[in-house]
Amino acid sequence: MATPRTLINVPAARSGEIIEIRATIAHVMETGLRPDDQGRVVARDIVTRFECRLDGATVFAADMFPAVAANPHIAFRLRAEKPGSLVFLWEGDRGFRHTETVALKVT
Amino acid sequence: MKPLNAPTTRRKVMAAGALWLLAVRPAQALDAPLQQAIRAWAGSATPREGRVTLTVAELIDNGNLVPLTVHVASPMTPTDHVQEIMLLNERNPGRELARFQLGPANGRAEVSTRVRLATSQRLVALARMSDGSVWQHTVEVVVTLAACIES
Repeated sequence: MATPRTLINVPAARSGEIIEIRATIAHVMETGLRPDDQGRVVARDIVTRFECRLDGATVFAADMFPAVAANPHIAFRLRAEKPGSLVFLWEGDRGFRHTETVALKVT
Repeated sequence: MKPLNAPTTRRKVMAAGALWLLAVRPAQALDAPLQQAIRAWAGSATPREGRVTLTVAELIDNGNLVPLTVHVASPMTPTDHVQEIMLLNERNPGRELARFQLGPANGRAEVSTRVRLATSQRLVALARMSDGSVWQHTVEVVVTLAACIES
């Protein structure tokens, strides 16, 4: 399967600043309710889990349901204390799994 | 003056008619399956109105892509913070929209995402605090183009 495209925005921060992190991943989020041209229901295929870890500790997580729109987009806040490494993880149906690592720049 | 049946005027009249529901409906009890879903998530805690603000357009053009934001008033300290936010709905095929786990590291309990809404309905955002209390906010939306649940 091709590597899913992602769009992650982690702004640089001053220590103590609360930043907004935005993460989007390209994914069809097939609900499992839609019939195809032959009238057969297309099987569900969604991203079910999103996690953001800072230096190994989970700082934010989300459970997604079929009601989440295609190309799931999440924005959340993080209080930036010191520089670190952010790992973004997505998991879903059919063994879907993708991670991205982004540096957290703090001055 | 534009004729009354010009497309934009007709749409505004339709929307005004549907928006009237927003003034009346929130007072009515939520449908039973949604109440059940709220109880299932809230557990023994009784949700109270307040502290949670669910921001979403009242009139939605396209139910396939509905942006929304949930903010919960909380200092987000280790001893006083939001643990989990739950987004539920009344009229989609399934009650759940999304669930988020937070903690003191967030600094501010605010999450944004985009959902699909099958029709005009009420949405409920709930938050569980570190002290076990549960808070909620209910919003009614009008959807003019429903998300396709069948093609």
